[in-house]
Amino acid sequence: MSDSSIPNPKIKLAVYWGSACGGCCVSVLDTHEKLLDIVNAADLVFWPIAMDIKYKDVEAMADQSIDLTLFNGAVRNSENKHMAEVLRKKSKVLVAYGACAYMGGIPGLANFHSREEIFKRVYEESESTLNPDKVRPVEEFEVKEGVLKIPEFFNDVYTLNQVVDVDYFIPGCPPQSERLVEVFTAVITGIGLPPKGSVVGALEKTNCDECLRKKTDNKVIKRFYRPWEIEDDKETCFLEQGVICMGPATRGGCGVRCVTGHSPCRGCYGPPPNSTDPGAKMMSSIGTMIDADSPEEIDEIIETIVDPAGLFYRFSLPGSILGRKVL
Amino acid sequence: MSYRPTIVAFLCNWCAYTGADLAGTSRLHYAPNIRIIRVMCSGRVEPTFILKAFQQGADGVLVCGCHPGDCHYHEGNYKCLRRFKLIQKYVDQMGIEKDRLRLEWISASEGQQFAELVNNMTKTLLLLGPVKIQRSLEVQHLKQ
Ligand code: SF4
Ligand code: SF4
Ligand code: FES
Repeated sequence: MSDSSIPNPKIKLAVYWGSACGGCCVSVLDTHEKLLDIVNAADLVFWPIAMDIKYKDVEAMADQSIDLTLFNGAVRNSENKHMAEVLRKKSKVLVAYGACAYMGGIPGLANFHSREEIFKRVYEESESTLNPDKVRPVEEFEVKEGVLKIPEFFNDVYTLNQVVDVDYFIPGCPPQSERLVEVFTAVITGIGLPPKGSVVGALEKTNCDECLRKKTDNKVIKRFYRPWEIEDDKETCFLEQGVICMGPATRGGCGVRCVTGHSPCRGCYGPPPNSTDPGAKMMSSIGTMIDADSPEEIDEIIETIVDPAGLFYRFSLPGSILGRKVL
Repeated sequence: MSYRPTIVAFLCNWCAYTGADLAGTSRLHYAPNIRIIRVMCSGRVEPTFILKAFQQGADGVLVCGCHPGDCHYHEGNYKCLRRFKLIQKYVDQMGIEKDRLRLEWISASEGQQFAELVNNMTKTLLLLGPVKIQRSLEVQHLKQ
């Protein structure tokens, strides 16, 4: 569709969702009037939330014919994997967009369980399930019109990069829309694009460096509180009040929006540069703040962190060092 | 192939490593399953080191430092203990058996104790069998 008489042909843009909630696609719309600039500079060739284009149409496109694909969502099933592979082939630049594509995100919490545990809960045990024959979904089912197929549900949730080669990562749950505009501009102009494999649309600093709450260097913690257990004074660093805030283990770039709204950071922007595992980073930071020397006292304090694994890896379990719970 | 557990051990330079050295110079016989990594202080051992060791196939991870009060850098082993307790809880949640991860204090003169510790831990790991973490991950196989 590009007209050769136009000196700067529009770039071809695709936005796709794997195992996602839809929030990332909405964040693209949240660019507000800037969306019009994007649409002016780009032809949207594929965007399931907004346009009716079939997989077979994408499969029929020439290799490398899409300039930029924003892939959001994790890879949870064979359909996600298939589309990740197709889009990798068809795209010049493939971006893992948002926490799920980047680190596994909220769907990645399923890696605390096995596929069997999940199916048992969903198809047999859940309070609203009535399934005396314990029927489970099957991947292929023969009917008189032919064979019906549904995607295979994997045992593990994967990050996009664990499945295909990824050029850039944009963190966030969802990413801040302003960051997307910056990255998009960099891709169309080719100016200011960092080396392949970089995290873009975020800072090199941690959220704590950006945070305006009052803080001291010597944090000492006698016990931890869940946010609802204390009254936040709205000005002192959450950690210093004993509330776990992922700020020290989280890359800045969101504008510390949760803390600004008086909620502790949950780490959706992922680990800061030079650390691959946000939980390890967090354990390292808060381990040293625990104000006790005897093993018993330390145990008592740690007892007040109810679910360290779920808290420290809320957005990052599949991409973390261990990747999943051992089965 | 018969299973031989591998223990990755982080030993602080000033006490634990010297203790392990003493076990060697005293020609004590002990299980050959240990791979020692010398660090300046047990306080240097980051959670990442421990997790990476497991991820790369260690069946057990051992951290050894100076006895409380004896750390060359005063506080390092207390810092280590606090972090260790936290990571222990995490590792347990992740389904890695508690006995695979140990923290012990070894002084420069405790060569004998060090040898016994390694023997003990090796025995425990033999009973536990190989670490299951790699087997439970399909991740490695997805990307061609
Ligand atoms: S821990 Fe949280 S509240 Fe404290 S400085 Fe960091 S981001 Fe701000
Ligand atoms: S404050 Fe933390 S959880 Fe909130 S948007 Fe920023 S990185 Fe995400
Ligand atoms: S030097 Fe041995 S624990 Fe610090």
